[in-house]
Amino acid sequence: MIEILSPAESQALLLSLWVSGVAVACALPFAFATALLLARARFAGKTLVDGIVHLPLVLPPVAVGFLLLMAFGTRGPLGGWLLAHLGIRFVFSWTGAALASALITFPLQVRAIRLALEASDAGLGEAARTLGAGALDRLVNLTAPLALPGIVSGAITAFAASLGEFGAIITFVSNIPGQTQTLPLAIYAALQIPGGEAEAARLCVLSILLALAFMTAGEFATRVARAWR
Amino acid sequence: MSVEVFLRHRRGAFVLDVAFETPGGVTALFGPSGAGKTSIVSAIAGLLRPQEGRIAVNGRVLLDTAARLFLPAEARRTAMVFQDSRLFPHMSVEDNLLFGWRRAKAKADAATIAHVVELLGLDGLLGRRPRGLSGGEKSRVALGRALLASPDMLLLDEPLASLDAARRDEILPYLEKLARETRLPMLYVSHSVEEVARLADAIVVLQDGRVKAQGSVFDLLTDVDAIAGAPPLGAVFEATLAGQRTDGLSLLAFDGGSLTVTKLSRPLGARLRVRLRAEDIMLACEEPRAISANNVLPCIVGAVRAHGDQADVQLLCGATKLVARITGASRARLGLESGVSAFAIVKSVTVEREAG
Repeated sequence: MIEILSPAESQALLLSLWVSGVAVACALPFAFATALLLARARFAGKTLVDGIVHLPLVLPPVAVGFLLLMAFGTRGPLGGWLLAHLGIRFVFSWTGAALASALITFPLQVRAIRLALEASDAGLGEAARTLGAGALDRLVNLTAPLALPGIVSGAITAFAASLGEFGAIITFVSNIPGQTQTLPLAIYAALQIPGGEAEAARLCVLSILLALAFMTAGEFATRVARAWR
Repeated sequence: MSVEVFLRHRRGAFVLDVAFETPGGVTALFGPSGAGKTSIVSAIAGLLRPQEGRIAVNGRVLLDTAARLFLPAEARRTAMVFQDSRLFPHMSVEDNLLFGWRRAKAKADAATIAHVVELLGLDGLLGRRPRGLSGGEKSRVALGRALLASPDMLLLDEPLASLDAARRDEILPYLEKLARETRLPMLYVSHSVEEVARLADAIVVLQDGRVKAQGSVFDLLTDVDAIAGAPPLGAVFEATLAGQRTDGLSLLAFDGGSLTVTKLSRPLGARLRVRLRAEDIMLACEEPRAISANNVLPCIVGAVRAHGDQADVQLLCGATKLVARITGASRARLGLESGVSAFAIVKSVTVEREAG
């Protein structure tokens, strides 16, 4: 498949896969913790937290990208500190693309995991407690495995959605081939060049195939995870 | 081996206020739904935090609100068997069975595990997932799982209530064996007289969040004041297989007389728990002759308690107490008062199990 693509196209494809993979993997633990908080804990301001978690889903991605730029730019409060102390730079780098993707698709992961947590029987936790299982023990051996179908479907949905992220990435980390130019950005770049429509169409078809492949894989993986449960 | 329970807890309009002590063995928490049975076992397990209370198992204090002591459920060693089994769906039967075992400080050895597996008939199920099990199988796995956690006491919250009669009859013998063999203190929540009569050594009768009566199964089920208005109960007592008659019947001797029953294929001298249902006893003032019933026991009327158009009559048959439920009209006609002599005509005898 790679051979029929131009080097620039395959570069965009591989970058897209890499950025989305990193984004989903890094966001997963946080999404699990947030979902657990929203599903199990009772506290004041829970509705507000729920709303904030869902913001990236409803905000214009450009706005998210802009906010990221303000916070994580080299002169931003977080970005400046990270660069000075840890040497991590987000702007104009694939790490920034991953951060933007992670943030945009975060609500998708939280929602799927939360649904799975809420669907699993709280009585099982009580049974585990009377059998001597403490909180961490239950989290690792009961809660997480029981939420696995939700974790898997959330991760795959987020991955697929992340492949299509455009606005936040281009606003935050610009459109740099090999660094931040994922598939959607490559399509956009192709359209900026006169006569680039053929190139854009090829990339579009590629995007469609990729999306279909991952949706199918997601459905399959969720079914396997459910059966395993 | 003893369990002390004192609890005071208010939730909305419901007030739980109970204190009781059990000597070990199987104690039935008996009463109508809403009486507070499940709240009590939940508080003992540590799943419910009462506003006030003290709970100790074999001298180990699990809860003492006065001393601000509250052991979390996972540290109490009070394994619970729930009505809905609550097996972990993502684990095999074997992993379910060993869940508590893996977390226990004092672990049961391999021989004990093998024994529990055999006792509960779980051999063929070990590799399976809970989803494919029948209701009875699930109950057995849940029992085994609780046992193998090496608890100090076992809490059984209507473990058979979700099963049909046939499945219940399948599990009851396992529970009986378990009660006899393990000597583990058990608190058994039930509203089934059958289960209580078969399993319990002691009974705590609950009503509206309070202890209405408590005592041994032998005394309490014939205590007409404690059981007034309850579903018809009946005497439970122990008897010895005293002989096999040539006509194919067996003879049971008990403290106060003997009973002839259908053939029991057990060794002579076997101790058995016998139940005489209150509605299976007729009363006569004179010794009846030419009657089909095999068992007519001379006795003295003890307490009598009328409720509605019925009367529960306690009968003292030597050292053994029986109870008969008759109509108020019959009672008036026969003039049954405390101290009067009477004859109990026993229509049927239920041999529940080996005593012990």
